[in-house]
Amino acid sequence: MVIGMPNLDPLKCDLLVIGRGMAGMAAALFAANRGLSTVQVGMTGEIVFASGLLDLMGVYPIEEKKVWQDPWAAIDSVVGDLPDHPYAHLTKDEINASFVEVLSFLQKEGLTYCREEKYNSRMINPWGKTKVTYCVPKSMWSGVKALPKKPPCLIAGFRGLSDFSARQIVETLRHQWPKLRAAQIPFPDTSHVKEIFTGDILAQSLELSINRKKLIESLRKRVKDAEVIGLPAVLGMHHTDEIISELEEQIGVPVFEIPTPPVSVPGLRLNEAFIRGLSAKGVKQFPQNQVVKIRRVKGEEFVAIIGHKPVQHTLLTKGIILASGRFWGRGLYADRHRIRETIFDLPVYQPENRDKWHSDDLLESGGHAINLAGVEIDHLFRPLDSSGHPLFHTLFAAGSILAHHDWMRMKCGSGVSIASAYGAVKASLRLA
Amino acid sequence: MTDLETQVLIIGGGATGTGLARDLALRGVQCILVEKEDINAGASGGNHGLLHSGARYVSNDPVSAEECRSEANLLRQLAPQCIENTGGLFVGVEGDDENYIADFPLLCSKCGIPIQEISREEAFDREPGISEKLIAAYLTEDGAIDPFKLSLENLAQAQSLGCIFLQHVKVIGFEIRKNRVETVHVLDTESGQQRLIKIDQVVNASGVWAAEVAALANIPIKMLYSKGSLLVTAHRLSHQVINRLRPPSDGDILVPGGTVSILGTTSVRVHSLDNVRPTVEEVDLIVDELAEVVPGLQEARYVRAYSGVRPLIQAQKSGDDRAVSRGFTVFDHTHDGLENFTTITGGKLTTYRLMAEKAADLVCKKIGISSPCLTLTEPLASVKKGKWTEPGLSPRVWLKEHASRKPILCECEMIPEDIIDDIVETIRNENGTSSFKAVAARSRMGKGLCQGTVCGMRVTSHLYEQGILHSDQGLVNIKEFLGERWKGERTVLWGEQLIQAGFKEALYCGLLDLEL
Repeated sequence: MVIGMPNLDPLKCDLLVIGRGMAGMAAALFAANRGLSTVQVGMTGEIVFASGLLDLMGVYPIEEKKVWQDPWAAIDSVVGDLPDHPYAHLTKDEINASFVEVLSFLQKEGLTYCREEKYNSRMINPWGKTKVTYCVPKSMWSGVKALPKKPPCLIAGFRGLSDFSARQIVETLRHQWPKLRAAQIPFPDTSHVKEIFTGDILAQSLELSINRKKLIESLRKRVKDAEVIGLPAVLGMHHTDEIISELEEQIGVPVFEIPTPPVSVPGLRLNEAFIRGLSAKGVKQFPQNQVVKIRRVKGEEFVAIIGHKPVQHTLLTKGIILASGRFWGRGLYADRHRIRETIFDLPVYQPENRDKWHSDDLLESGGHAINLAGVEIDHLFRPLDSSGHPLFHTLFAAGSILAHHDWMRMKCGSGVSIASAYGAVKASLRLA
Repeated sequence: MTDLETQVLIIGGGATGTGLARDLALRGVQCILVEKEDINAGASGGNHGLLHSGARYVSNDPVSAEECRSEANLLRQLAPQCIENTGGLFVGVEGDDENYIADFPLLCSKCGIPIQEISREEAFDREPGISEKLIAAYLTEDGAIDPFKLSLENLAQAQSLGCIFLQHVKVIGFEIRKNRVETVHVLDTESGQQRLIKIDQVVNASGVWAAEVAALANIPIKMLYSKGSLLVTAHRLSHQVINRLRPPSDGDILVPGGTVSILGTTSVRVHSLDNVRPTVEEVDLIVDELAEVVPGLQEARYVRAYSGVRPLIQAQKSGDDRAVSRGFTVFDHTHDGLENFTTITGGKLTTYRLMAEKAADLVCKKIGISSPCLTLTEPLASVKKGKWTEPGLSPRVWLKEHASRKPILCECEMIPEDIIDDIVETIRNENGTSSFKAVAARSRMGKGLCQGTVCGMRVTSHLYEQGILHSDQGLVNIKEFLGERWKGERTVLWGEQLIQAGFKEALYCGLLDLEL
């Protein structure tokens, strides 16, 4: 690194991962696990906005709102109809293997996930609807277990955490679960603050045992006949499982977390676990930096300039995985007339004009045409040029930037990110 | 079920209807105002918020031009709380019709409209954003007016004088005997209840729905429906109202509205009043046309677009809707065989008071009341009711009274919990239900950059915690609220605003599964 000009003696690596969302993190993990020297660059990804749930495949066809209990059968169905869906480039064994690798990594980093391997799980969302997902943080698992049995249950919210209303969940869900009860309790040690709290402040504060004691006291008074307690997902930042065990022991009933709207603590936990674990595996990370310039040099290598002046880095890499996300992640950008890919100006599959981007209804079950826009790839996850050939031998794409899926409606966001990252890393090894 | 009785039934809670309610109440006439949706649900809510100096109409509609001039002067004195005296600037650029520019001063003076030519330098000094291609610039007395505040305050004063306001109440029929309407059948669209209102006089002030309402009494009115679309920027881009100096056309006015600017309009003939919304084509046209005078509009961030339908009275000739007079018409339906039925429609926001006056004069004549019109002299009382519609007010109050204030529910417009509570209470007193839509109409909620993403969630949760929402009402409300926001957003989603919309969809569909 030098000040004022790019380094004359560049950093070298096997793989540059552009993006720090779920796909970027997963790609860096798979690469590091396979011995590739890996550099990761990008702004803080969508991951901190993630609910913490890892979807695989939940709804298809979206127009029919068909919800699948078996995500693997749902994948067969979607791939059968949409041969360009990202899952079409992977076998189910590969998809499962990608999840196994990520989940075991997260577990080592102290973030345990639970799943029914063959099936989706159903859980309460913060609006009292029930939601289908695949992998659930252990902190939420008692909620998944309780939902079908519907025992007497207390849902408690915190005064001032205004994105989460226990009463709303109970009111909305009561016709299905009559023994639900709501309570709004003051959060320990925040009586002096008038502002709205965000989950991360509460989570940090519960890392202190004195605050946990107060919370336990307050919940003990209200537990009454409840056989299980649901709380917003703010139960600690780093020691959630221990904190939940402590609560359960002292109160005497199982406790579960319910995801909250962003910025969500489970998303922050995921982000931190990845950063910590990848760093330990030797992935060189350039957080809050962007690739500002990139070009191909001799043969199949790329030179990337990372960051803005005065501090810039020059990197020589053999391969690149583009996991820069969609519009929110700024992997794609739209002006009034067309959608562009921001780093390589790759061709973007898109509707013919802006009038066709969005439906007349935000909640249109069939989704918006723009959601299927993105980068098209070959079976080795390489972006294609306009004639359908890979643009570069060792440029790969993964995650939500890929065309032909609607992660929000198909409920396949994390799955597509993790599995396509897996596919892209495997392809990069094959072509190295 | 109780039946009601009143001297005058006013149909329609827009600027004219609420203005008429106030006018009649000030003359001591007892009235009921029925509105099928909510205040300003029609053209009164879907316009530029422009207080016309009249200069725009000097070439094609001098009668309207003069009416605008005199009414604008009155409103500046009598309702200053609803008006921002921005002043106006008419700008001609290269390529504009030079004959029109040359005739403009004379046309204005014929209508008594004061204008002042200014130099290039002064024009750039006043509005640094205008185009280098400027060839002529005139100062005028145009201003900005808040139509929601205006109607809410007119209504509030009418209510304080005994007028009864029924919202979500729709007229479904008239009982007619011997050339008179005796009873009006109305339906409460929320409860499904029907009611009868015995009346002495009916005034149909339902704006663009005037022909539909009149048809219920078998009276034919020929109207044209002209849709106009407008765009709202994220930030205010000019100090003054900026007009293109040319005959009225598409995309030629930029009006500042507090912290934002509003661009418009278009004129598209529509044949149905259902599902009226802006199109991508209109949005692009407005941006391109106005960017000729303010080039920065090409790069500006837009938060939403909206449409209103102008009620135009059908003239003999056909052709461009802009050639149809923007003047108003009072129909005394005695000529159609109904002696106690009056329709007032057409016109402009700027002339709403005059329209109300003329309709009230006719009604008073019919019932033999000779009290003079007081809205000519009586200032519009400023009440609390309409105040939270003002852009920028909520943040100012919040900053000033921070210590005592509750948490912020809408971060874009800085609306704390207790302002929402205040509005909910107000709506309750108006006999309305506190739907999100109603709260949004009375505040800046959902009108900022995030277009309801954050406040939608927080207000829902808050209303549940307050015990105002029950069962799954929150889902019903949020869908309606998001649907309403989306109508405005859909056509302006590119750049930063597309990113924002993606976040909204990720939240409400990805996490909350509202589409399922």
